[in-house]
Amino acid sequence: MILSAIAFYAFAAVLIACAALVISLRNPVHSVLFLILGFFSAAGLFVLVGAEFLAMILVIVYVGAVAVLFLFVVMMMDINFVQMRQGFTDYLPVGALVGIVLLAELLLVVGVLVSAPDGALAAGPAVPTLGTENNTQAIGEVLYTRYLYLFQAAGMVLLVAMIGAIVLTHRARPGVRRQRIADQVGRTRASGVELKKVTPGGGIS
Amino acid sequence: MPSLLAEYLPIVIFMAIAAGLAVAFIGGSWLAGRQRPDPEKLSPYECGFDTFSDARREFDVRFYLVALLFIIFDLEVAFLFPWAISLKEVGAFGFWSMIVFLGVLTVGFAYEWGKGALEWE
Amino acid sequence: MNTFPDLAPAVPEIFLAVSAMGLLLLSVSGGDRRMPLVCWLAVLALTVTGVLVVTSPSDNAITFSGMFVADGFSVFIDVLILIGGALTLVMSPQYLKRENAPRGEFPVLIVLATLGMLMMVAAGDFLSLYVGLELQSLALYVLAAFRRDSIRSTEAGLKYFVLGALASGILLYGSTLVYGFTGSTNFTAIANSIAANEAGPPLGVIFGMAFIAAGLAFKVAAVPFHMWTPDVYEGSPTAVTAFFSVAPKIAAVALLTRVMMAPFAGLAGDWSQIMMVLAVASMVLGAFAAIGQRNIKRLMAYSSIANVGYVLMGIAAGTVSGVRGVLVYLAIYLAMSIGAWAVILTMRRGAGLVKDIGDLSGLARRQPLMAAAMAIFLFSLAGIPPLAGFFGKFYVFLAAIDAGMYTVAIIGVLATVVGTYYYLRVVKIMYFDEPAAAFETPPRAASAVAFVTALFTLLFFAFPAPIVAMAQTAAMALFP
Repeated sequence: MILSAIAFYAFAAVLIACAALVISLRNPVHSVLFLILGFFSAAGLFVLVGAEFLAMILVIVYVGAVAVLFLFVVMMMDINFVQMRQGFTDYLPVGALVGIVLLAELLLVVGVLVSAPDGALAAGPAVPTLGTENNTQAIGEVLYTRYLYLFQAAGMVLLVAMIGAIVLTHRARPGVRRQRIADQVGRTRASGVELKKVTPGGGIS
Repeated sequence: MPSLLAEYLPIVIFMAIAAGLAVAFIGGSWLAGRQRPDPEKLSPYECGFDTFSDARREFDVRFYLVALLFIIFDLEVAFLFPWAISLKEVGAFGFWSMIVFLGVLTVGFAYEWGKGALEWE
Repeated sequence: MNTFPDLAPAVPEIFLAVSAMGLLLLSVSGGDRRMPLVCWLAVLALTVTGVLVVTSPSDNAITFSGMFVADGFSVFIDVLILIGGALTLVMSPQYLKRENAPRGEFPVLIVLATLGMLMMVAAGDFLSLYVGLELQSLALYVLAAFRRDSIRSTEAGLKYFVLGALASGILLYGSTLVYGFTGSTNFTAIANSIAANEAGPPLGVIFGMAFIAAGLAFKVAAVPFHMWTPDVYEGSPTAVTAFFSVAPKIAAVALLTRVMMAPFAGLAGDWSQIMMVLAVASMVLGAFAAIGQRNIKRLMAYSSIANVGYVLMGIAAGTVSGVRGVLVYLAIYLAMSIGAWAVILTMRRGAGLVKDIGDLSGLARRQPLMAAAMAIFLFSLAGIPPLAGFFGKFYVFLAAIDAGMYTVAIIGVLATVVGTYYYLRVVKIMYFDEPAAAFETPPRAASAVAFVTALFTLLFFAFPAPIVAMAQTAAMALFP
């Protein structure tokens, strides 16, 4: 128990430190790198509460794909980030206010939970006891059958995301030579080779 | 909970070894080597010339499209893991539900292909 | 758990999803030349979906483990959304060609957004609500930025995306609070859990409800969550703006109505306060902020904000007659709004569509029919009898007074008077100012849409009974 407590505080401390560094560092590439470390720490926290599947998805999707995308975006834009950050202190009070409001509400809700545990009547324990060995299997047993509707709807959302990505960023460049495999394979000797008689001293026109 | 942590012990040991080695190599070379910094020594080396441009050049927007499409298929693959594990329990219903899901994304894939978004010109 | 769900109630949605994919493949196989064909096939798909919605069994059919509800309420709203989508698509081919953006994805994205809206309306669970909402929003973000070469369009897309994502986040935060304190995401289970608590609902549920209401208020563009509306309406391609002003708005209002009436029925006293504040603020700000607008798209944006205020007044009443008023109002608003946008879409002059109200001057002498249609829509939006808009407001005010919301109703009437001023100013410019340069020949499709909707708006007073009766049946479905 003490070990998991130590692990929790270690991961949580690293996570918060990373989050602070992400928004305060000057170099945006470093910010993204700390974001990745933050994702790893969050994955560690997920493992601690027994949600390995979420932890692994966080590593695969967020670290493997989203963070790479962020790096591309940071690299793609020719923006003077130092200049962009000048507004940072101007927006700080508003941002802090929003954060404080959210924090206050969270505290209030936790306070209600602590003072009147009956309030959380049907909620049950935070982590339900699983009938299966691990929660990846538990997710698999309901995701494709009981939550069929959400699963297929998620497929449609991904389809819209694909269309959106292409509509907004793809442009067909004119005059670009493309590889046309059918044309290449379909070439015959007649279309590719031409025999010419070379007369001495005449050359080939 | 302790049993859960015990399951991850190999990974923790592995990470500890990796971190230890990384620290040992960098720290060792820092301790053993002579440190005499010099502006010329610290400047980027480019075949004897002065550097031509900043290393942080702009990327083409096409990288972004590839990364975005990669995320979408990455998510699709993420859905396959629980499916593969629990296929025995969910049976034919679960199997076909995944096939329909993959079918939707295959339509998207066909669209991408037809649009030429996968070609690098 | 492993039994196959009953697909019958969801047949319209499944059909629409399959046809969207078919249209996508068709559009990519033929290139952008096929765009008009894809548009018309999309109209056909929406029409068939409408027929399926009307004919499918709709006596409160619940399927997919309670995630999906098809009842009289969803049928009424579905039909409105499908009409809105279809009318937009009818006007699109000519618009896209003239704007030089004939891309086959446009109709596909409209169909997918419509699918998301149908899923929102049919939501019986916070999870399905969120997925439907995201499907809709994602397609709309792309549509807003569809003219990616125009800075304004990209800006509109970006603004809509950032604020929409924030709203979704707020909505999710609220949903988690509600889940934490009631132990379920299902609407019926939440309602039961709230009703079972004799000591009153836990504070967490009220907080969650307020967050959800705020998130949905973003989506319906109610004051004080309206900031994105004028910019997005102005920057988006005009055909998309026409779509924005009707279909997503109707879907979001329907969603708000269902969420307030179904899971949070036990919190009526709490949410009706929120709705009243939103309604009053929207009516007043919509009326006053529109006065200073010179850009016609921004003017219509503030007009839509004011209209949402009247709709919210009906929700605040929280009664069957309130919901009936909401539904009648939405049906009439659909006709007025899409008609007004159709008129705007017909007025093009060299460089592009008209932007400034002053450009409309003397329209009555150049194109008397178009000017007459626009005047009908503007008078109707102002709520002048005997046009349709008056009846929409009438039923909502009736419900508000029945529910004892006298102050809100009086403020509403006063806001209507202020609103009349800016609507009439546009009419005055069209009829009494010196004519500006001539417009290009109006596209036929948009003219036809304007004509039909103007006829509906003009003649609604003669046959209000069928629509009111249908709205009554639909409203009853929410009150078992």
